[in-house]
Amino acid sequence: MLYIPGNNPAMLQQGSVYGADGVLLDLEDAVALNQKDAARILVAHMLKYISYEGCEVTVRVNHIDTPFGLEDLKQIVPLQPNALRLPKVETVDEIKRILELIEQIEDEHNLPHEHMKVHVMIETALGVQNVYDIARYSPRIDAISIGGQDLAADMQLVKANDGVGIDYARKQIVMAAKACKIDVFDTVFVDVENEEGLREEAEYIKKLGFTGKAIINPRQIEVVNEVFTPTELEIRKAAKIVKAFERNKAEGIGVFAVDGKMVDAPVVQRALRVLEMADIDVESL
Amino acid sequence: MKNILQREIPEELEGIGKLEAFEGAFSKLKKGWMEEKTVPPPNKAKMPHSSKICDTLRDAILKTKPRNGMTVSFHHHLRGGDNLVYEAIKILADLGIKDITLAASSLTTAHDPILPYFKDGTITQVYASGIRGELGKAIAEGVLPKPFVIHSHGGRVRSVHTGKIKIDLAILAASAADEEGNATGAHGPSAFGSMGYAAIDSWYAKQVIVVTDNIVDYPCVPQSITQNYIDYVVKVDSIGDPSKIAGGTTRITKAPMDLQIARLAAQVIEHSGELKEGFSFQVGAGGASLAVAKYIRKIMKQRSIKGSFILGGVTSYGVDMLNEGLFRSIFDVQSFDAAVSSSLLDNQYHIEIPAGLYANPFNCGCMTNKLDIVVLGALEIDTNFNVNVITGSEGYVRGASGGHSDTASGANLTVVVCPSFRGRIPIVKKKVHTIVTPGESIDVLVTERGICVNPQKPELKAHLEAAGIKVKDIAVLAEEVEGITGKAKPIETTERVVGIVEYRDGTVIDVIHQVKE
Repeated sequence: MLYIPGNNPAMLQQGSVYGADGVLLDLEDAVALNQKDAARILVAHMLKYISYEGCEVTVRVNHIDTPFGLEDLKQIVPLQPNALRLPKVETVDEIKRILELIEQIEDEHNLPHEHMKVHVMIETALGVQNVYDIARYSPRIDAISIGGQDLAADMQLVKANDGVGIDYARKQIVMAAKACKIDVFDTVFVDVENEEGLREEAEYIKKLGFTGKAIINPRQIEVVNEVFTPTELEIRKAAKIVKAFERNKAEGIGVFAVDGKMVDAPVVQRALRVLEMADIDVESL
Repeated sequence: MKNILQREIPEELEGIGKLEAFEGAFSKLKKGWMEEKTVPPPNKAKMPHSSKICDTLRDAILKTKPRNGMTVSFHHHLRGGDNLVYEAIKILADLGIKDITLAASSLTTAHDPILPYFKDGTITQVYASGIRGELGKAIAEGVLPKPFVIHSHGGRVRSVHTGKIKIDLAILAASAADEEGNATGAHGPSAFGSMGYAAIDSWYAKQVIVVTDNIVDYPCVPQSITQNYIDYVVKVDSIGDPSKIAGGTTRITKAPMDLQIARLAAQVIEHSGELKEGFSFQVGAGGASLAVAKYIRKIMKQRSIKGSFILGGVTSYGVDMLNEGLFRSIFDVQSFDAAVSSSLLDNQYHIEIPAGLYANPFNCGCMTNKLDIVVLGALEIDTNFNVNVITGSEGYVRGASGGHSDTASGANLTVVVCPSFRGRIPIVKKKVHTIVTPGESIDVLVTERGICVNPQKPELKAHLEAAGIKVKDIAVLAEEVEGITGKAKPIETTERVVGIVEYRDGTVIDVIHQVKE
């Protein structure tokens, strides 16, 4: 998911062409305080006029307790982007309050409550402690993400680049998301020139179970996509497992071997996930 | 009269003569011969042991007996660091020479300082493959009394062979030369690599001066230009700005948009059916075009493909691919950076070629005919795939025909890469301001908002779609772009034709009208 500063018209216009799965039109940290109104107006116009064909559009609003949060909701919610990203959520009461406000705005505009999803960002130690309860509060919440920079600051970490300090939080957040069966996105990698560092981090967080990663420059898309897209070998292996499963199922066999390795239901489930990520229809195998 | 692309062409133009309308990329070539007669190279003689060395460029020019109405030629291998064109024209102007035809292989912003000589009657006509900067603006506004001629690199050679360009004096910069005029660009403090565009001038000019900042012991090795064609040799303190002549390494762009277009183009090439063992390849040195090489390099390594040769303007990136064993050889008509010079000097599989071997359509086969894949840029492209690489959105001349139409006509797969719009200016549109390369030579357009295959290439479309690549109708893309940018205001021009765009076979593919100031 590609972050785009909400006050940069050229980047907002071109956001969808780089191959990211989603664009995050940002009204929060990427926008200077004296540009907040301009960014809100610009993003609202862009949502009306620019086609982000093939890209999920999410708008990150300012926190509700800032002077900009409520106005952001008032302007953006009626435009119903695919999702709204809520920063620095710490407690269940807070998410309850924000969701009520969103629904109130939707009611004022005769809009349904089901269309626009909500992404919750966990960016403080308190948020990490409460993440499971926050994530399961409403079915509208369909993703959680970790905001690494703010979390590191909240934890008073001086050197945070290696990710050691936020490792526990990453794992806690992934587990909460998995328990709620929703997506979970990793934080940004700030060193745009360091392609290898990005690849290492992306491979690590993929192993942790993250669904994807937020990025701050289109040049990072290729690396993250490469890491998260199954390789040809992985796809072939998964297809082999699924085909063997179908054959064995017909004969009533639940556990069998493929290339000398045991295959049971969880292995088949992982293989199906690989095929799903590769956009391959199981019926076509 | 109208040419086959429906562009209105005058029957005749004062300063050029009768014009012939473009009738298709191969309408003249397919006859198997060139109808125009070729002119012989000049006869020369020189007594043994007489010296060619002149103390100054002025002395050398004086010895050639310059006259009003003469044609003076230069090459553009010094890139952005060239100061020789200015120095030479200034000397001619100080001598009171008027009505000069400037036949430079290309003119860049480095040549802006000669603009006053366009205005005072010193230079009255220009033949070049490209014109940029202040000169491009001024000529589009009609500063020259005679129409300028834009030709391709291959077309320039043809024009010299046929005497359409009759060079009286060629002034050729070299980074190393000996007392007899054997010269190279491959070594010396101002090394710039290949001298491919200069060879034809040395063979056909009535008089030739080699200018160098680096006289070496006789004989100069290697020899791009040989002594039997050279009249005078001049040692100067400087041929230009060495940091711009012999500057650095061409780096792959970091611009996200260029990289995205390049990535898509590489996908197209990968699934076109042309990326196979032994393929030949050419890319430009600019943004997205060069970046395609980055992705092709990766694919070649993954699929263990080895190419046959890299052609054309060569960057250090191409040299890296040669050194990695990804290609067997490089044929180099023009080098784009300093790293290329050392490769040209040291690697026997990196071969300097003259412009005629590179791209002249009228011989027994130029190397562009052997290209499998070429990746080219565009300033504009229309819904019939006709490409403009010469005039900008204001109508000024700000680009180069270069080898665009030469390579596009020869390659099996011609890929044009460009953004669909720049700023608020549409690039993909219904009609381009000036046609340089005909749509029939373009196979596929790759932009950030869509990949469009020329309808004349249904098999290519089928290959791409079979690989899951979405193909868009170019008319649909043009409409989408207009929806974003709005309709651009037409460029305001007068009836006066200030320049012509020659196709490589010598016919006129388009004309350039005077831009209203």
